[in-house]
Amino acid sequence: MKNQPIITTKNVNFYYGAFQALTDITMDFERNRVTALIGPSGCGKSTLLRLLNRMNDLIDQTRVEGEVLFEGRNIYEPDVDPVEIRKRIGMVFQKPNPFPKSIYNNITYAPRLAGIKSKESLDALVEDSLKQAVLWDEVKDILGRSAMTLSGGQQQRLCIARALAMKPDVLLMDEPTSALDPISTAKIEELVDELKESYTIIIVTHNMQQAARVSEYTGFFYLGKLIEFGLTEKIFTNPDIKQTEDYITGRFG
Amino acid sequence: MNEQSLMKRRYLKQRAFFLIVRLSALVITLALVGILFFLFYNGLGAISWDFLTLPPTDSMTKGGIMPAIVGTFYLTIGAIIVALPLGVASAIYLTEYAKQGKLIRVIRVAVNCLAGVPSVVFGLFGLGFFVVFLRFGSSILSGALTLGILILPTIIGASEEALKAVPQTFREASLALGVSKWATISRIVIPSAVPGILTGSILGIGRAAGETAPIMFTAAAFFTAVLPKSVFNEVMALPYHIYVLATAGTHIEQTRPIQYGTALVLIALVLGIDLVAIVIRSVIRRKKRW
Repeated sequence: MKNQPIITTKNVNFYYGAFQALTDITMDFERNRVTALIGPSGCGKSTLLRLLNRMNDLIDQTRVEGEVLFEGRNIYEPDVDPVEIRKRIGMVFQKPNPFPKSIYNNITYAPRLAGIKSKESLDALVEDSLKQAVLWDEVKDILGRSAMTLSGGQQQRLCIARALAMKPDVLLMDEPTSALDPISTAKIEELVDELKESYTIIIVTHNMQQAARVSEYTGFFYLGKLIEFGLTEKIFTNPDIKQTEDYITGRFG
Repeated sequence: MNEQSLMKRRYLKQRAFFLIVRLSALVITLALVGILFFLFYNGLGAISWDFLTLPPTDSMTKGGIMPAIVGTFYLTIGAIIVALPLGVASAIYLTEYAKQGKLIRVIRVAVNCLAGVPSVVFGLFGLGFFVVFLRFGSSILSGALTLGILILPTIIGASEEALKAVPQTFREASLALGVSKWATISRIVIPSAVPGILTGSILGIGRAAGETAPIMFTAAAFFTAVLPKSVFNEVMALPYHIYVLATAGTHIEQTRPIQYGTALVLIALVLGIDLVAIVIRSVIRRKKRW
């Protein structure tokens, strides 16, 4: 059963200065599905992820060609405000990056700036977001404590909760478990499984098992090109292209 | 056997280098202690309650230095008020907004050149621009503006370093939440950079309080017993007072204790203002840890 795509890239090329990092990427990301992007380091998968919420805008001398459609609208049109896009498309980074603020203020920071002022709404938002990120039980009594005192795994779930508090439609995850131990990793993977009920998730990962476990769709990238894209099951059991098979079975290089 | 003597030589070499670096550190500490001791030894005798609270009397050979204390305090605070907002704003522009390119390089070179300009040149500029052209006269305002420009490069430099030291991940985290760039800078980046900015201010304070040449033509009075009533008044200032007593008076030898006492007060005043900044900084640091 195919869902409507929420994000579509059409013939996207991306350049860092003269270096072309992505070539002709065309793919659909389906609503309420988990799509994994895999490939060796430097293959462009993180670059593509950061294109989807215009985080690459922050880097000088980059250039995008082609279209990135979010709900049918090209987010690289000149009249699109990247701030609005990022409100709808949240992001979780490779290394947990909580603010040096309390747990409570980490969650409420962006919603407050977006205009939510009442204490009750903010309290409810904190509880909801932390519950969704399966962190509530661990931190409900220490909401005033600095987020820096949490463990790495807890910090990463806090970052997920912080992203969820903006009620985005899409959650981009850039190797969210690569800095975490196996137990924390398992927790985040379970979380991804639950979150796809309400969110579209696009996850970059170096861990093949992780891609196989959490995603419905997988895209394999190599040297800035999308080599193969399809159902995860197919990619991992019966890929069409030899390069994909070599990478997945570890015979790469 | 050979192996052992090699090891021994390496060990001795290491000890020798340790000794050299340790001695270097010691020399610096000794220099500071020496200066302070010299000042205390020569100046402490002059310090009394009257010295701190009374104006000079008898052609400045007796009495206190109160007007100079007040004057230097106003000039220093004024310089900080001028330089801190301007410097921090420039640093924010340079590190956060400006696209790295030719213009930025030109601005950086300009800032560095400003830092290398001799202070007497600042004094002449202040005289020509603030005192004469803008008709501020010789006043706290002219002096504070001149000193402010003098310490601007220090503040810009320290603020830039402080802003650059804020982890890029903080900016990314905030922007990725759909927070605007300005909100990210004002809510996340600047608060994290405040301790470093304060360090720059501390250095600036020391410089502003101690300079003689920039205020000589723009703010400092040879002698005035009355305290300033507005920013358009002239004031006495500690460094200028020392300079005057030590060079221009007719009783140079006689006023030596006053000169040392004044120097001691100047150092105490600078350390006092620094202390306030240091306390603020450590309080903020304790609150913000990453």
